[in-house]
Amino acid sequence: MTHTVSRPKARPAKPSAGARFDTALGWSPRLGPNMVLRVLLCVLVFCIFALPFVAIISGAFDRNSSPTDISLLPKSFTLRNFEAATQQGLWGYLLNSLVVAGGGLLLQMTVSVFAAYSLSRRKFRGQALVLLLVLMTMMLPEEIIGIPLSLVLGDLPLLGISLRGSVLAVILPVGIWGFSIFIMSEFMKEIPGEIEEAARLDGVGEFRMLFTIILPLCKPALGVIGIFGFMMVWDQYLLPLIAANDPSDYTLTVALSVLRNDTTVGPGVLLAGALMAMIPSLLVYLFLQRSMIRGITSGATKG
Amino acid sequence: MTTAPTKPARSLTGAPDTGQVPVRRKRSNGKQLLAIWLFLVPAAVLGLYFKFIPMVEGIRLSFFKVQPFLGDVFVGMDNYISVLTDARFMEALGHTVVLGVTQTLGALVVGFALALLLEGQARSLWILRTTIFLPVVTALAVVGEIWRILYFPTADGPLNNILGWLGLGPLQFLNGTDTALWSIAVVGIWSGAPYNMVIILAGLTGVDRSLYESAGVDGASVWQRLRYITLPALRPSLVIVLTLAAIRSLRSFTEVYVLTGGGPAGSTEVWMTRMYSLGFQRNDIGVASAAAVLLLVVTLLLTVGTQLVGKRKAVR
Repeated sequence: MTHTVSRPKARPAKPSAGARFDTALGWSPRLGPNMVLRVLLCVLVFCIFALPFVAIISGAFDRNSSPTDISLLPKSFTLRNFEAATQQGLWGYLLNSLVVAGGGLLLQMTVSVFAAYSLSRRKFRGQALVLLLVLMTMMLPEEIIGIPLSLVLGDLPLLGISLRGSVLAVILPVGIWGFSIFIMSEFMKEIPGEIEEAARLDGVGEFRMLFTIILPLCKPALGVIGIFGFMMVWDQYLLPLIAANDPSDYTLTVALSVLRNDTTVGPGVLLAGALMAMIPSLLVYLFLQRSMIRGITSGATKG
Repeated sequence: MTTAPTKPARSLTGAPDTGQVPVRRKRSNGKQLLAIWLFLVPAAVLGLYFKFIPMVEGIRLSFFKVQPFLGDVFVGMDNYISVLTDARFMEALGHTVVLGVTQTLGALVVGFALALLLEGQARSLWILRTTIFLPVVTALAVVGEIWRILYFPTADGPLNNILGWLGLGPLQFLNGTDTALWSIAVVGIWSGAPYNMVIILAGLTGVDRSLYESAGVDGASVWQRLRYITLPALRPSLVIVLTLAAIRSLRSFTEVYVLTGGGPAGSTEVWMTRMYSLGFQRNDIGVASAAAVLLLVVTLLLTVGTQLVGKRKAVR
């Protein structure tokens, strides 16, 4: 998150009068009522946004027979919640989620890189139409086409095969994501054309051009479509729901509703599941945080 | 973004034989064109199968009474009429708009407050900002399940406990017909505000510090400073983002489905949950498709409208 606030000139060594104008509200860096107020507000904000997560982690390792028992520190450490969740198929759901996220993200990024290269680095007849079609796919998220999509997944036109119940029923539909194609092609447009002239004279083909010359320059954009793509796939709810034949096909996020209660450990089983569903997104976020912020802010300025 | 070109310099200067270039270019163009279209094939196949065929199929189904094994019967606009005259759909429309507006505006106000509070370079602020962003990263279904627990409606439920310390009576939250929709909106604000915070923070860094300084010299109050310097600087980046978020909220499904499933007594039924229960639980696919097409048309018009207005403003 550092680069959203990269103003090197700011922050004088000793608090001066100028520091008062560093922030919109004019927070004073000196100890005083102003500072105390800010710290108190920060504590409040931390409680509102972070304590629910602390409660989840604590509750996942604690004995609780009802949501009223959940506290911020485990009263008695136990793994029974995870044992109960295991019996209900937690690891199978997690595996479904990981396969879907890995496969879906890989497919989505590959598709986007190829399409973006064609759309941004080359001019060809019909390009405007292709761009329009890509825009249209963004207007057709799973929610809007959910019902016919579930029919299509059950009986692919022309091919006549059913994807229902297989991970492909989630992986293939998330493979096409207009947002990712646009981010990638916007970035590729910025790469100067001279870079490929030389390679072209050397007779380098399009495939090698993309992978050895253009793509290595696109690492920042790959980070952006990587984390946004992961979040998009991990967040899928309706799609895995309609793509499943029976609950054992669910991804973990969808399966949480199945895990809501357990006869022996109560809501602990849900907390264990929720914790497992949070960890991958947490890891990806911590590693690709900069890309995340870059993606959000670039989208904000472009509209 | 502008990476220094390493290789090209050599051959650009070392190729004086210009007569040869167009010829080689032209020949490679045929191959190039083939490659370009080949590169588009994966996107085209996936888009066709999982976006456009379903779209066309959805539009087709919306004109039919869909009956498994008996064959579909063309019914013209009947499905649309049943959607538009269905009291529950109209109620759902109201809930959808209320939820969308509350969530979007709430997330804006809270995000703005967060940004103002947490603006600065100190490491502690950075850590706090990173932590606060967690709700955005967490999958919406997980967020929903967390809040189902926090909202536990007995007096000793986690959130009611805190309200109790403040001397406020226990609320029914998701179980009360009066409170359920607002409870969902709070969850939406909670998970959306930090996202807006990042956008607004980026905007805040772009505000000229000397303006603050001269405002201070002129004796402007903090409120005046916000009103006349900060807000105008933020507006362009915020308006379109927010409009698009509001439009997106028309199809919010996951949080409502996880938190209440449309209940209690239909008090949180939104367009998507109504559509879902019609299409998948009651198998009334024709009517559900008509509802989907209406949603598509509305989002399409609103999105295109927003972009056009945004463009016109940018030109001016």
